[in-house]
Amino acid sequence: MQVPAPFEYERASSVSEAIALRERLGEEARFVAGGHSLLPMMKLRLATPEYLIDINDCTELFYINEEAEEIRIGAMTRHRELLESELLAQHFPIFRDAEQVIADPVVRNRGTLGGSLCQADPSEDLSAVCAALDASCVIASTSGERVVPMGDFHVGPYETAVGPAEMLTEIRLPLRPNGSSAYHKVERRAGDWAVVSAGAAVWMTGDGAIADGRVGLAAVGPNTTNIEPVRQALQGSAPSEDLYEQVGAIAAEHCSPVTDQRGTAEYKTHLAKELTKRALRTAVARVTSTTNGAMTNGAG
Amino acid sequence: MTAVEETPAEEGERPIGYGRLLRKEDPRLIRGMGNFVDDIQLPGMLHLAILRSPVAHARIANIDTSAAQAHPKVVAVITGADLAEQGLAWMPTLSNDVQSVLATDKVRFQHQEVAFVVAEDRYSARDALELIDVEYDMLPVISDVRSALDADAPVIRDDLEGKADNHIFDWETGDEASTNEVFERADVVVSEEIIYPRVHPAPMETCACVAQVERVSGQLTLWSTTQAPHAHRTVYALVAGLPEHKIRIIAPDIGGGFGGKVPIYPGYVCAIVASLVIGKPVKWTEDRTENLVSTGFARDYIMKGEIAATSDGKILAVRTNVLADHGAFNGVASPIKYPAGFFGVFTGSYDLEAAHCKMTAVYTNKAPGGVAYACSFRITEAVYLIERIVDCLAFELDMDPAELRLKNFIKPEQFPYETKTGWVYDSGDYEPAMRKAMDMAGYAQLREEQAEKRERGELMGIGISFFTEAVGAGPRKDMDILGLGMADGCELRVHPTGKAIVRLSVKTQGQGHETTFAQIVAEELGIPPEDIDVIHGDTDNTPFGLGTYGSRSTPVSGAAAALVARKVRDKAQIIASGMLEASVADLEWVKGSFHVAGDPSKSVTIQDIAMRAHGAGDLPDGIEGGLEAQICYNPTNLTYPFGAYICVVDIDPATAEVKVRRFIAVDDCGTQINPMIIEGQVHGGLADGVGMALMEMIAFDEDGNCLSASLMDYLIPTSLECPDWETGHTVTPSPHHPIGAKGIGESATVGSPPAVVNAVVDALKPFGIRHADMPLTPSRVWETMQGNHTAPI
Ligand SMILES: Cc1cc2nc3c(=O)[nH]c(=O)nc-3n(C[C@H](O)[C@H](O)[C@H](O)COP(=O)(O)OP(=O)(O)OC[C@H]3O[C@@H](n4cnc5c(N)ncnc54)[C@H](O)[C@@H]3O)c2cc1C
Repeated sequence: MQVPAPFEYERASSVSEAIALRERLGEEARFVAGGHSLLPMMKLRLATPEYLIDINDCTELFYINEEAEEIRIGAMTRHRELLESELLAQHFPIFRDAEQVIADPVVRNRGTLGGSLCQADPSEDLSAVCAALDASCVIASTSGERVVPMGDFHVGPYETAVGPAEMLTEIRLPLRPNGSSAYHKVERRAGDWAVVSAGAAVWMTGDGAIADGRVGLAAVGPNTTNIEPVRQALQGSAPSEDLYEQVGAIAAEHCSPVTDQRGTAEYKTHLAKELTKRALRTAVARVTSTTNGAMTNGAG
Repeated sequence: MTAVEETPAEEGERPIGYGRLLRKEDPRLIRGMGNFVDDIQLPGMLHLAILRSPVAHARIANIDTSAAQAHPKVVAVITGADLAEQGLAWMPTLSNDVQSVLATDKVRFQHQEVAFVVAEDRYSARDALELIDVEYDMLPVISDVRSALDADAPVIRDDLEGKADNHIFDWETGDEASTNEVFERADVVVSEEIIYPRVHPAPMETCACVAQVERVSGQLTLWSTTQAPHAHRTVYALVAGLPEHKIRIIAPDIGGGFGGKVPIYPGYVCAIVASLVIGKPVKWTEDRTENLVSTGFARDYIMKGEIAATSDGKILAVRTNVLADHGAFNGVASPIKYPAGFFGVFTGSYDLEAAHCKMTAVYTNKAPGGVAYACSFRITEAVYLIERIVDCLAFELDMDPAELRLKNFIKPEQFPYETKTGWVYDSGDYEPAMRKAMDMAGYAQLREEQAEKRERGELMGIGISFFTEAVGAGPRKDMDILGLGMADGCELRVHPTGKAIVRLSVKTQGQGHETTFAQIVAEELGIPPEDIDVIHGDTDNTPFGLGTYGSRSTPVSGAAAALVARKVRDKAQIIASGMLEASVADLEWVKGSFHVAGDPSKSVTIQDIAMRAHGAGDLPDGIEGGLEAQICYNPTNLTYPFGAYICVVDIDPATAEVKVRRFIAVDDCGTQINPMIIEGQVHGGLADGVGMALMEMIAFDEDGNCLSASLMDYLIPTSLECPDWETGHTVTPSPHHPIGAKGIGESATVGSPPAVVNAVVDALKPFGIRHADMPLTPSRVWETMQGNHTAPI
């Protein structure tokens, strides 16, 4: 048994209570959501918070709701819910793709969307998913709420835009017609973190060109959850193997992986390209198959 | 699972002896009612935590424990200097080296034990470690084994008098001159550097102990995660100067050992010292990181392999030159005359003209150990070497690897077969096992499928491994550990109502001894297995013997159990002769009862005899009451199980991910006692093999930092990486074992890695690839495809 350093424990049953506790207890307090990132770090004594504020009783943060123009997901929604949600699978199949290869059932039963994004681990999968979907994050504090686009959410590895007396409460995913998405990951073993993974989302025009598209990568260095030149290359282009090849190459150029036990930098760069191609290919195929079936994303 | 003939269980009847039988230990383990060391709670028990070095090689300039001593819940803080005062700072290893219990002069590997804290609870003990201040003066580190013998290499073991380098031993086997001669005249010679990286057994339960020293009587009771309770007792007696009859070692349920629980670790000694000093029971339980970074690793061999053959594929000779990394202390646990374990069986299952091995073992700034992880005393390395190099030969000859093996097997009529390195294989019939595996696999169809896939650019590989093991150490004239012969005792007591207790020196860590040994006795005595209790893992209540490792339990203690049962049966026969008023010679044994030859109606059961043995009434002249016996079995030879394994893999050509599609394992461990348990052993070992071949490695950076210090970094396979194992068997009994059984515990761990690696390399044949090293992670496979294969060490 690996044992953490001493800490004190509080339990909040609402967002306002959680934020108030955080404000009162200060910088040395941390929220604990699923605990699957924070507790391992505490056991290894890489994290030694003085207070844990348990937010598992904040029932107002567990939901996946469809609104007129977006899907809203509460920060405490568990991986398992994201995996099993038919609503998400229908609009954003990238979620199910990713969730099937995130950790294992034990971790997925507890780990949350909010915890994943706030952990901001460079190998974490849901940031790439949310970035590909052009998500925005709702951050609450005693003075109200602010909405931050995914592109501004991550400040650096393990650092986010969430301030010391703030809390991530919701993730919003815009619904746009004629789109689909996909996620591909290479791991050394089931349940392991990504060697590299890539998520893609595309939205098509009526005549079969790509109106807009995004690619997000994980585990290949900073600033890869949304690669802007990829977006530019995709916009207005007709989908083809050549395009995927070209876009894959752009994605590979924009990552800066390091050699480690998971693989060499060369291999990871190669994967960035290969998985980008695969994710785009799958996403486009999914749009095509749903439009053929007279069903478009956003109208479903 | 497919195609296994079901064994006996005669029509509607439960088998009395051998056969498939649910494990007697499982109801308790499955319900969470097992009793592991960490479950033990004693009144007043204190908790011990160990401070470990953050660096791999440094002089200890100063240790300040004052802040830790001041922690309100801390009872004691002990450093190497404190132990040195008692003469306990160093302890012998199982291979006649010494290892520090707590570092005194310098630390020699990252995570080496430096000090310990005893506190009222586990949390406080751990917290107090943070309060100990150690100043280290850094020294240059040997992390790359290949540089250990460089002239300017720092001397790691300056504690050893006169030691001026990092050399441990040179070892040689076979005949160099005749081997060289064969190589010179051979048509084909293939050589390859073949690496078996450092791996770790990573048992589910980490190491732990509770030490209790009674101050008045001086009695030490140690509950401990040990695979060898008796050997440990004697070693503690010799090391600490404690009288042996005052030491009781209890190994309760153990959650996996795989060899990692054979050595004596500093933690055990620290707990004993703490209890001795403080006078209260002290518990030490390793955490997962400590287990991975400091306890017995396995392998770490760099093997230059060479094979010589005729152009039509007759293998003539093998030779190898090995560089062995033993870490900072030589902690290898193997019979003392075998510093390289049983690596000498690297000649494999083939009839050769000559063989030679040269080996050099060195110290490095890494954790000590060296024989662990189901390795059968280095047979894992030996089998990997020969099975890999044979495939390299097949590649060069452009010959089918199955055909090449079939052509070179030792023939059944050649047994007992003496190898060119002096091992006498007891029995074997290799071709039927190989053919059976090929049939189960549909080998010819697989090759056809592969050819079609290659046309389409798909990567499919078929890998074969055929192994022979040497297990069941061993004959006492040749084999001992620290002077203790490797023979095993066994006691059997039949109670008046015919229920029995059998006491063993070996200790299960999950292998199912409580079932298998009951079945051995049941088969001999005709008492149902459920009426026989197996007692093990307590030195006060079991006869002496060397413990469970190297697949030795069934070959050695299994023989002892059969023979002790026969001894009891012999006595029962004499008692029966009195009961039936017939001469001993006129009695016939039908499992469970004696009857008068020619008159089956005149019979007595073993239960009747047991009651008579303890009851009123006369016994035949010269026969004492009671029905019990004791024996010490000294094996005349090792046993040589073998097997044919075939692995099928698919590789994604773009991402280089390897998927093990099928694995066919045909094992021959001689007589099968409980086929279900055998399959369980094989399934576990195959999973081990997939792990080592594809993902497991204890890696270090150039500063000697261990990069595999958690299960996030040291990957072990899950069920998702394992295909449905397809197991089968042949039965070639051991001629010298009383029931013809051979060991099975490590067969699959030993035999499967080469099958997986051979399959991956076979899949990469279109790239002209002849060899790639483990672990075959997607990255290494991809680099190999690019022509950039790099050695893992
Ligand atoms: C064995 C294992 C394998 C894993 N594999 C993967 C994988 O393959 N891919 C992957 O993406 N992830 C993986 N994970 C991580 C897993 O998904 C975690 O659950 C997730 O990263 C964190 O979610 P959590 O709810 O457990 O967060 P916690 O551990 O509870 O919290 C993480 C951090 O976020 C903060 N936090 C949590 N919620 C909020 C909030 N609402 N507002 C502000 N701050 C907040 C916490 O204070 C903490 O600093 C793995 C984890 C494990 C243990």
